[in-house]
Amino acid sequence: MQFISILLAGVLTSNFIFMQYLGLCAFVGLSEQFETAIGMSGAVIFVMTFASTVAAAFEQFILVPFGLEYLRTIAYILVIAAFVQLVEIFLKKTAPSLYKALGIYLPLITTNCAVLGAAMLNVKNQYGILWGTVNGLAGALGWSLAIVIFAGIRERWKFMNIPEVLKGFPLALISTGLMSLGFLGFSGLFKTILK
Amino acid sequence: MNKRSLIGEFTKGLIEENATFKAAIGLCPTLAVTTSLVNGFWMGVAVVFVLTFSNVFVSILRKVTPDQIRIPVFVILIATPVVIVELVMRAYLPAMYQILGIFVSLIVVNCIVIARAEAFAYKNSPLRAAFDGLGVGAGFMIDLMLIGAVREFLGTGTLTVGSMVLPSKPLFEPMSVMLTPPGGFITLGVLMAVLNIAFQRAAAKRAKTVS
Repeated sequence: MQFISILLAGVLTSNFIFMQYLGLCAFVGLSEQFETAIGMSGAVIFVMTFASTVAAAFEQFILVPFGLEYLRTIAYILVIAAFVQLVEIFLKKTAPSLYKALGIYLPLITTNCAVLGAAMLNVKNQYGILWGTVNGLAGALGWSLAIVIFAGIRERWKFMNIPEVLKGFPLALISTGLMSLGFLGFSGLFKTILK
Repeated sequence: MNKRSLIGEFTKGLIEENATFKAAIGLCPTLAVTTSLVNGFWMGVAVVFVLTFSNVFVSILRKVTPDQIRIPVFVILIATPVVIVELVMRAYLPAMYQILGIFVSLIVVNCIVIARAEAFAYKNSPLRAAFDGLGVGAGFMIDLMLIGAVREFLGTGTLTVGSMVLPSKPLFEPMSVMLTPPGGFITLGVLMAVLNIAFQRAAAKRAKTVS
């Protein structure tokens, strides 16, 4: 039950983009084409899930026993940067086709605030390793859902007559706002259906 | 390339290279913490501090940093002032620290800070880098306060500045949606469009006077 509720919360009610404002730079920057959006989604799902695991394990086995919680920010960013590097090397050797597909997106993820944000939220909500991983996966799925929908909308702009001042970021933000308004409708989900 | 004066390095961050409205980077905190003017102000202060110090550190170490691993090095150099801000805020402004939440720690991966390190501090002297950091940080702070003020005014009907509340009674029915995430996105989008018009007008005027 907790599995389902964390998953649904991550994808719908507390969607990383629409409700928590995490990973917006990559969201706006990489949603111009549908293919790039898919590629980035794959990379984010992969990295965010396992980075959450690694960070949660790091927290439990190193930071807490040694009383180093105040170094969390530095420790997490190092763990994530190292993990991304490791994944890159690992994929290059074992799954070259996947590596080619994710290629340029992997290094970008180190600075995607959604990954560090997920790890930080896990600590804030005291999820531990298992539920932290689930939360990371849920957040990544929600992020991917958002960017894929948004890329679909953005592809249609090519055929539209958009006022000069709205082109690019202003319109992107306003459309995101309208989509976010839609996702706000899910917020009653837990009160009415699941509980 | 002709060098700007130190003051020029400072002022270019305010409008010409404004992080939010010109480059559209560092959007996460721009939207997440700007539900009121005061929140925007404190987040801005944190970013100014981090940006100035990270720029100086990166600039001091620019000659000994190997090119291939510069991004990890930047990240560590940025994380240091972030942890300082975090600890100071937790000690002296615990209420604000609660509101800003994880977004204080997330300054580490803020695109603005990394972009300034990569594009400016890595190529310039520490003094210049410090002024650049102050300028871009101040520009960002103004953006945050502007967005915060608009959202607070529309969302609650009043504007709190220090201990003053203006106007003392809401003049209209507050639009609470402005305080929710959708309101943040739409406010920023509309503000950006309005400023685009202003920038275009200014550019057209300048072109006219030159010709």
